[in-house]
Amino acid sequence: MLGFIARRLLYLLPVLVAVSLLTFLIASLLPGDLAYVILGDQATPEKVEALRHDMGLDQPIWWRYIGWLGHVLEGDFGRSFRTGQTVLQAVSERLPVSLELMFLAEILGLAIGVPLAIACAVRSGSAFDRFMTGSAFGMLSVPTFLSAILLIYLFAVQLHWLPATGYVPFEEDPVGNLRFFVLPALTLALAEWPGIMRVLRSDMIATLQEDYIALAKAKGLTSSRILFVHALKPSSLTLITITGINIGRLIGGAVIVETIFALPGIGRLLVSAIGTRDLVILQGVVLVVAGGFVLMNFIVDMLYAVLDPRIRHGHA
Amino acid sequence: MATLELTIDEDVVAGPVARKRRLGPLFWAAIVWMIFVFAAAALASVLPLPSPTDMDMLERRAPASMLHWLGTDGLGRDELARLIFGARISLTVGVCAPVIGITIGGALGMLAGYFRGRFEQIVVGSMDVLLAFPPLILALAVTAYLGQSILNLTCILGVLGIPTFMRVARAATLTLTRREFVIAAQALGATHARILLRELLPNVLLPLLAFFLLGVAVFIVVEGALSFLGLGVPPPISSWGSMIGEGRESLDVAPRLAFLPAIAMFLTVLSFNLVGDTLRALTDPRQGAL
Repeated sequence: MLGFIARRLLYLLPVLVAVSLLTFLIASLLPGDLAYVILGDQATPEKVEALRHDMGLDQPIWWRYIGWLGHVLEGDFGRSFRTGQTVLQAVSERLPVSLELMFLAEILGLAIGVPLAIACAVRSGSAFDRFMTGSAFGMLSVPTFLSAILLIYLFAVQLHWLPATGYVPFEEDPVGNLRFFVLPALTLALAEWPGIMRVLRSDMIATLQEDYIALAKAKGLTSSRILFVHALKPSSLTLITITGINIGRLIGGAVIVETIFALPGIGRLLVSAIGTRDLVILQGVVLVVAGGFVLMNFIVDMLYAVLDPRIRHGHA
Repeated sequence: MATLELTIDEDVVAGPVARKRRLGPLFWAAIVWMIFVFAAAALASVLPLPSPTDMDMLERRAPASMLHWLGTDGLGRDELARLIFGARISLTVGVCAPVIGITIGGALGMLAGYFRGRFEQIVVGSMDVLLAFPPLILALAVTAYLGQSILNLTCILGVLGIPTFMRVARAATLTLTRREFVIAAQALGATHARILLRELLPNVLLPLLAFFLLGVAVFIVVEGALSFLGLGVPPPISSWGSMIGEGRESLDVAPRLAFLPAIAMFLTVLSFNLVGDTLRALTDPRQGAL
């Protein structure tokens, strides 16, 4: 097990370095010099030159990368030249909102997807199964921003049940906080459940044909116990796989959903940084998100190895 | 394609594959809708439509009439014309981006799967780095730096599609390279180029094309999302995403302004998904049993 972790860590390192390099290059090589952006209309060649020198922009690119990476490793991701806030401050303020959103969305997605998958697997081939499989396929074609609009129209504009936009911190008003999160999380969950259901359903259909399920039936166990305990257990690996694959889409979805529902999360920080051309924040957020994404994938890989010994000892 | 199927165990998958062979009415409905949208987009400038950008402040959010078949939007622009010209943008980006992906990714994947060794490691490794970025985040960041234009958008999305196509092409090539007809070609002294182009490419192309259609669906959505956020195509050009974004402002008074482009986008994405998924099921023998 330790050897496996060490091998994966060795692989993780170059990927992280490459991610940081790419993030840095996007910000540095593409047109639009930071000095021009900061100076705006008042840019004269002399001022630009002076600022470039102050910021070290006249140094060779690899030297700037090493310097930047050194700062990043010390936890200094830079400071917004618009608000004066450090990237770390801005991110740590907003990260909890995004994490809460993604957590609630995944829980909701599982809450919809898992029971449906089981119901479909038990009666595979029935009208219900075909209807749900078809609906899941249709839902895969509904973009997040589309279901967001639909939910806002239904629950906020027509029924006035829930607020369309806004946010209060959980510490101040837990119920109000959750009320603001219902629609955004549901929006993301609507994109999550079809994938969960489709994969889990086909997994379950295979599992239900195993001998030990027949044995459990013969022992006289209740069908709910057989389904939720015996049949769901071997599918836990599948569920983790889907969750792992979903993370990237969840992050992307969170950007859109946070913007639509005005939740002050990482995604909204990113979009507003793009709007104000706040390149330092943008670079920092991209690095944090991509780094976090790589680490999450690493953790998912580790979970695999814990759950499935074949991966640990196999060809990996 | 015929060669791919030789590996299937007849007994296990004969049933499902036979069932999937019969392309249902849904499949053909999807094809008809795709042709309809493509034709409308291609003929947009020939069709007798009002201009999609001419504003008429007296006719804001007007209901459907003889002059404006689907009414007008918040700035008094003809909704139908904007929908059809919007289809142009969505389809241009949606189709061109995966073309970039399938060309570069397909070539890299085939070379990696055929030659293996160090080259394969480098290709797979660099794709892992590209995959380390959540796609929408990377697209957002790069458009922010490059500036918003249809060309930039297409190129970025195209690059984002490379890893998927690379994986599909590599996986197909890996299995095909061990097959008898390739070994026979090698034994006959065929050059690498000939084997890659004449023996492998025709067999790799079909699974790639199935993913191409699924890719179109994905990229229409991503373009829509970027335009919806106001970070895709610059106004006043209409794209379905930007129309939905604009329509969001008037959900309470004129919900159709958001729902009409939404329905158009949903049907188009669904069509590409349906056709792509059907083709994928046909070309991927392993999926046949599911």
